[in-house]
Amino acid sequence: MFNEKTIEEVKSANRKASSDATSTAFYNNPRIRGLFYQVALVAGLLYFFVTVIGNTLDNMEATGIKTGFAFLDAAAGYDVLMSLISFESTDTYARIFVVGFLNTILVSVIGIFFATLFGFIFGVAYFSHNWLIRKLAVVYVEIFRNIPLLLQVFFWYFAVLSSLPSARQSLSLGEAVFLNVRGLYFPKLVGGDLAWVVWTVLALAIGGVFYLRRWAKKRQEITGEQFPVLKASLALIIFAPLMAAALTGFPFTVDYPALKGFNYFGGVTVIPELMALSIALSVYTGAFIAEAVRAGIQSIPRGQTEAARSLGLRENKIMSLIIVPQAMRVIVPLLNSEYQSLVKNSTLAAAIGYPDLFNVFVGTALNQTGQAIETIFMTIIVYFIVNMVISFLMNRFNSAVSLVSR
Amino acid sequence: MTAISSNSNTEDVIVIENLNKWYGNFHVLRDINLRVKKGERIVICGPSGSGKSTMIRCINRLEEFQEGSLVVDGVEMIEDVKNIETIRKDVGMVFQHFNLFPHLTILENLTLGPIWVQKKPKAEAEEIAMKYLERVKIPDQANKYPGQLSGGQQQRVAIARSLCMNPNIMLFDEPTSALDPEMIKEVLDVMIELAQEGMTMLCVTHEMGFAKKVADRVIFMDGGEIVEENEPEAFFSNPQVDRTQQFLEQILNH
Repeated sequence: MFNEKTIEEVKSANRKASSDATSTAFYNNPRIRGLFYQVALVAGLLYFFVTVIGNTLDNMEATGIKTGFAFLDAAAGYDVLMSLISFESTDTYARIFVVGFLNTILVSVIGIFFATLFGFIFGVAYFSHNWLIRKLAVVYVEIFRNIPLLLQVFFWYFAVLSSLPSARQSLSLGEAVFLNVRGLYFPKLVGGDLAWVVWTVLALAIGGVFYLRRWAKKRQEITGEQFPVLKASLALIIFAPLMAAALTGFPFTVDYPALKGFNYFGGVTVIPELMALSIALSVYTGAFIAEAVRAGIQSIPRGQTEAARSLGLRENKIMSLIIVPQAMRVIVPLLNSEYQSLVKNSTLAAAIGYPDLFNVFVGTALNQTGQAIETIFMTIIVYFIVNMVISFLMNRFNSAVSLVSR
Repeated sequence: MTAISSNSNTEDVIVIENLNKWYGNFHVLRDINLRVKKGERIVICGPSGSGKSTMIRCINRLEEFQEGSLVVDGVEMIEDVKNIETIRKDVGMVFQHFNLFPHLTILENLTLGPIWVQKKPKAEAEEIAMKYLERVKIPDQANKYPGQLSGGQQQRVAIARSLCMNPNIMLFDEPTSALDPEMIKEVLDVMIELAQEGMTMLCVTHEMGFAKKVADRVIFMDGGEIVEENEPEAFFSNPQVDRTQQFLEQILNH
């Protein structure tokens, strides 16, 4: 009791002292100091931007360029190498913006998919009991992580893809898939009248997988029996649409690429620019993801595996129930930044002429119209939003795998 | 499953014969011979690096050994996944650092084994888990995560997690060494209770009070070999070997 009283006394004495404002100078008050620095910083930033924008506007006026987004409706007057939607040189700058955007998304999605695949394969391979596989993972990471990305893009584009044979000497796989210096060609499925049945069955099968997982989990909770969900899901997704196709008499025709004159036509064409950029981005980012996966797995203490083993769990169950769920909380934040880097790095497309957003808009469109502020601003917004979306999704994923403690 | 060798008594649940283990050139275990009867409580002590943890970790194959034989409950420890699994299901283990799964709740930590190894329905597994949580006196913590519990509570959960698998043998690898002094008692109490119920126990510990109270035999290891083994009374009052005497002096008189 005696102690408590003295503490109270000291506290109240302190309170009195601090409320006595006259005892300290106002410039020593941390709040006022903080406020001052904030105001100074904001003022400085404002001054900077006003100057830069004002300057640019003056320059544009001097060269006779009007500001505003009216240029978007003008005909672009140039063609792009590759487009996911129809495009002609008489189309507008607005359309070229969309074309570029879709091309950026395409190469980013391909890149993220394969980078994740390579990353997880080589990241897990690092822990293989096989000496050769383990060393392969180390060599992969060390080579591709240590060479500049631009150099790798050039390597794939100029050294590898450009040395492929000409169209007439194409490398071919079963006379259906062709690879030559002008690109990769593979057949396309063209749906007939009843094709919708097959697509519907495929969609149902994918939905069925989710139902199957829930059913298997429920059944295990009630009876304790385990169900091979992965195998059953694969079988469902592969065989259900095949059955549907067989029953409807295969309502597809295959559009094979065929050599006409000097090149292949028909089927699906992947231009070498897209191939080179996709390969470079996935292999490069994959090396970093492999390191993230390795770090994630290594962050799990050995004791976790030992405890799981002493319970009698099998190695694959230890991986899926103990190691991976815990490793993910280390891997996911790293994956997030790797994905964002990949999207940003896709602007290296400009170096080999792949028509991504940066290349066709900040490159050609800016050059032709001189609308620097508008084009750059629009492009910045796109990359910003795309990466914000990635961040948002990955943060959602992260909070799902994060750990509760205290 | 290989039958145990002919000269062993059927009462022996663990038979270790001439076991040798090396880490590279380092000889960690030298000619270990040990027989443990059903229901026997054995305390293993010795200076750090003496191989005591390594020895009990061989019993459920967390460590491999190069020479000798090891038979647990009639199953010989050989390079055979089935044998190793059978033995691990039969042997529970409690670690110095608890090794609870931090991403699972206490209840999920306890039901993991019964659900995925014994293939029990969830409801039944949870019933068993709650029974053991009550035995270690923390049923109210069932839905918390390990990180939210004190060290003593975590270790009691770890004991309960092993017991959920209904093992015949329990291994304790310095179960109280990572605990604050005031939490040691609550863990030892659980272990004493377990011993009194007749569980076969091998316990690496320096808790000599525990050894005097429950052990049937105390084993002293040094330099990778069993130097001395005796009943606790004789072991503490009249150690035969110099090294044992020195060790006991060091840990008892401070």
